[in-house]
Amino acid sequence: MDSISLGSQVVQYIFSGLTVGAIFALVALGFNIIYNVTEVINFAQGEFVVWGGLILAVLAESLGIPLFLSFFISVGVVALVGMGIYRAGIRPLHQPTILTMIMATIAISIILKGLAMFIWGKDPYAVQPFVDAPPVMLWGAYIQVQTFWILGISVALVVALTLFFQRTLTGKAMRACADNPGAASLVGISPGRMILFAFALSAALGAVGGAIITPITLMEYDRGAMLALKGFGAAILGGLGNFYGAVAAGFLLGLLESFATGFISSSYKDAIALIVLLIVLFARPQGLMGSSLQGDE
Amino acid sequence: MTMLLSEKNQTVTHILCFALFVAALPWVFGLSRATSYYTDVMVFVAIHSIIAAGLSLLLGYAGQISLGQAAFYGLGAYASGILTTRLGLSPWLGIMAGMVLAAGMAYGVGLPALRLKGHYLAMATLGFGMIVYIVFNEFIGLTGGPSGFGEIPSIRIFGMEISSTLGFYYLAWTAAVGVLWISLNIVHSRPGRALRAIHDSEKAAAAVGIDITRAKVQIFVVSGVYGALAGSLYAHFVTFINPPPFDIFFSIKVLMMVVIGGVGSIWGAYLGAALLTFLPEWLAFMEDFDVLAYGIILLTIVMFSPDGLVGLGSRMINRIRNMKNRGY
Amino acid sequence: MRRIGFVLAMVGVFAITLLGLAQAGDKEPYRIGALFAVTGPASFLGEPERNTAEMVKDMINASGGINGHPIELIVYDTEANATKTVVAAKKLINRDQVLAIIGPSTSGTSMAVVPIVNKAEVPMISCAASIKIAAPVEKRKWVFKVVPGDDLAVALMYDQMKKQGIKKVALMSVSTGYGMSGRDQLNKLAPEYGMEIVADETYGPKESDLTAQLTKVRGTGAEAIINWSIGPPQIVVTRNWKQLGIPIPLYQSYGFGSKRNIKLAGGAAEGVICPVSRIVLAESLPEKDPHSPVVKRYKSLYEKEFKKEVSVFGGHAWDAMFQLADALKAAGPDRAKIRDYLETLQGFVGNNSIFNRSPKDHVGLGKDAYVMVVVKDDDWSILE
Repeated sequence: MDSISLGSQVVQYIFSGLTVGAIFALVALGFNIIYNVTEVINFAQGEFVVWGGLILAVLAESLGIPLFLSFFISVGVVALVGMGIYRAGIRPLHQPTILTMIMATIAISIILKGLAMFIWGKDPYAVQPFVDAPPVMLWGAYIQVQTFWILGISVALVVALTLFFQRTLTGKAMRACADNPGAASLVGISPGRMILFAFALSAALGAVGGAIITPITLMEYDRGAMLALKGFGAAILGGLGNFYGAVAAGFLLGLLESFATGFISSSYKDAIALIVLLIVLFARPQGLMGSSLQGDE
Repeated sequence: MTMLLSEKNQTVTHILCFALFVAALPWVFGLSRATSYYTDVMVFVAIHSIIAAGLSLLLGYAGQISLGQAAFYGLGAYASGILTTRLGLSPWLGIMAGMVLAAGMAYGVGLPALRLKGHYLAMATLGFGMIVYIVFNEFIGLTGGPSGFGEIPSIRIFGMEISSTLGFYYLAWTAAVGVLWISLNIVHSRPGRALRAIHDSEKAAAAVGIDITRAKVQIFVVSGVYGALAGSLYAHFVTFINPPPFDIFFSIKVLMMVVIGGVGSIWGAYLGAALLTFLPEWLAFMEDFDVLAYGIILLTIVMFSPDGLVGLGSRMINRIRNMKNRGY
Repeated sequence: MRRIGFVLAMVGVFAITLLGLAQAGDKEPYRIGALFAVTGPASFLGEPERNTAEMVKDMINASGGINGHPIELIVYDTEANATKTVVAAKKLINRDQVLAIIGPSTSGTSMAVVPIVNKAEVPMISCAASIKIAAPVEKRKWVFKVVPGDDLAVALMYDQMKKQGIKKVALMSVSTGYGMSGRDQLNKLAPEYGMEIVADETYGPKESDLTAQLTKVRGTGAEAIINWSIGPPQIVVTRNWKQLGIPIPLYQSYGFGSKRNIKLAGGAAEGVICPVSRIVLAESLPEKDPHSPVVKRYKSLYEKEFKKEVSVFGGHAWDAMFQLADALKAAGPDRAKIRDYLETLQGFVGNNSIFNRSPKDHVGLGKDAYVMVVVKDDDWSILE
């Protein structure tokens, strides 16, 4: 007979929720970075996660390249892919409306998925956990060591990004472009370069997400769409354009799903999380942390 | 000389020509064995056109985005399917019931959701669509869950069963042309102009006394009813339904049909539906590359003709006219 | 004069051409259609099925075809999408004029096509599992099945559990046709084997983490966990099960039966119990097992050609293709005669079972389609 106390159950749900929530948060952050600089919602965001995980798997497992190195290579490659997408798919659009951009990024996500299927096939890929250690027991719950990596890296990234956007010149330049591209170019900032950088950064974020989650969840070519949808939900829930909102909402969604599974119903957990999201949106149209101007695009 | 016809008569002429064209198509397809199955594809084009027309009204005229149309599509299909198989009701009642349910659902969801704007509205409709899909998939007692259910009866007209493809083709296209006519009427009518006013500027429209929320909800309800009609037709044509055809990816596909065809044009919705329904057939020979090719083609169209195929078409017609005027 | 000469020359050329064509030797190809979910959510079914079908076609053609007629195999990708499948089926029947259809890969798409083939009177051998595909026979005149229903796998599993004295079972299944089919049978057959279902969790096919579901199951007093899914969730649940240190055994569906899955689980699969198709066991099968030659041949050919591990699902296509080949050899290019042959097929040794069909049973499979195994030292070990 196997049984587990309520307290331990709760701890288990918390960590399970934070684990998936971290990925939602990273995807949501990616959405926000590009959105802030270009007002585009890049629906291909989920594909960056997929590519990050798959490239890592091939480098680290099939080619035997040391994990540390593989990690940075895969993030770098996906960042390049992100830049390529901008150059080839977004910049050439003349007079794009919001709708055109949505269509274009959806088409791009299909292309990336098609390429992934072609390159990696349809089978799932696995990566060894970053550290080979048995699960850690905390208050009766068993937590994989990889979870701590996921949480740690996510938090570190959020801090790094905040510092980047507030302290560094490039970061401030990007914010300037977001606020007022015209004025920015007057003072010598090239909006084009900033947007390129935004795509690179956003793609890199996604790739990191893919790399850190694959040791737990495996990765396959068609995971991208669901991740993009959930990440988008998190971005909206947190208030589009708001970093802290995105992160908080991402973790919140993950926790919602986890607790809904544990205490209500595993089958309906996504529906429950979505209903909560809708309720919040109806009550507060600008999202949790969005400014009240934002509900009124 | 088309200037002499009023806008309304011009529209009716166009619709009639279109109806004749569609009526003749199966005969054309039947000429060669290679194209004989196109009639079946065209049935799906009719179904897709109906739901795309609804989104076109919502998006192109009212300017409201919805990523949840598949929910109405599914609702129509399941309502019709369940009522005809479990309660033995006539398919006509099933179709009606589906449309009424969809109207109610659209009203209930639209009232709160349509206060949101832009990406927030997109997310709200997306969430709505996903929730409905989950219900289709998990409420096994009612819907049969992931395995779905079959043996949905065919539609009967005056006692005759419409079970052949050709029969259903004419039924579906009658509905599609009817929807086309209704939609074009809506566009040219007072509520239609009110919609376009809202699209251009909500503040200005409100200043003139238009009840914005009411107009938006009304159109959302119309789009829902269209979606349900399309869904019921699907159910009675394929006679077997399960959740996958009604998922978020189909909602996105409907959006693509509208945008590729040309936002702001009901005809565009029909064009887009035709292209996106036939495209996988034409790409079928590519085997593993078809997903890639599909995406590339879409991106190319979006890039080179942001106002869709209709925009492309009208630009080409203008060019030809200009050339004519200059006496080439 | 010149005109007559011209006409004679044309007639001559025409006659020589005709002769030439006749001498090319090829007899009319036999056209077989196939509907497989090569891409999309069921590609784990469709891709090996397509590969296998193509391989069998090449094999048969290389040894002279069927009575001298080559086989032409026309495969359409259904993406497990009912709309696409319906259109593709109509294409095969009307445009390509196929003699018979193999597939579809999934139960849902198979059900969508059943009325079409019945109406068009084209024999079809489905590669999907649901019992409803080939029954009730009165309404399935033209439909046959090669895949054992899930009831066989579940019965075997419960049987083994009963021997272990297990009475309380927790179910976890994926909310797709595959998962639901298993779940239905697990619920249905439970009372017969004295099993009490104490938990019944379902989850989506793209779930990344199943610790929450497993945690929920832990509090229920279950003595064993059965997971019925395919793809990554099988691996994830296995890893989570080990991670949480859950002391009760984990049973998986036959979808787990692949060396690659053991490898992907990274050591966590040790101790997992599942029913597997004989294809998975190939080398370990006893010589006297009648399926042994079929299975070994299929496995070695597949792995040699595709450089990938053989899949149990591909085996269905193998059985279907060879059944059809036999039918064509005996009955010739006549849809009705092919159907009659398939309906009375007896003693056909397939990968999983020996087929014995009848007008009352369009499946014809015995109860011995699966073998229970446990994962030991990264390999399968047959349970007695």
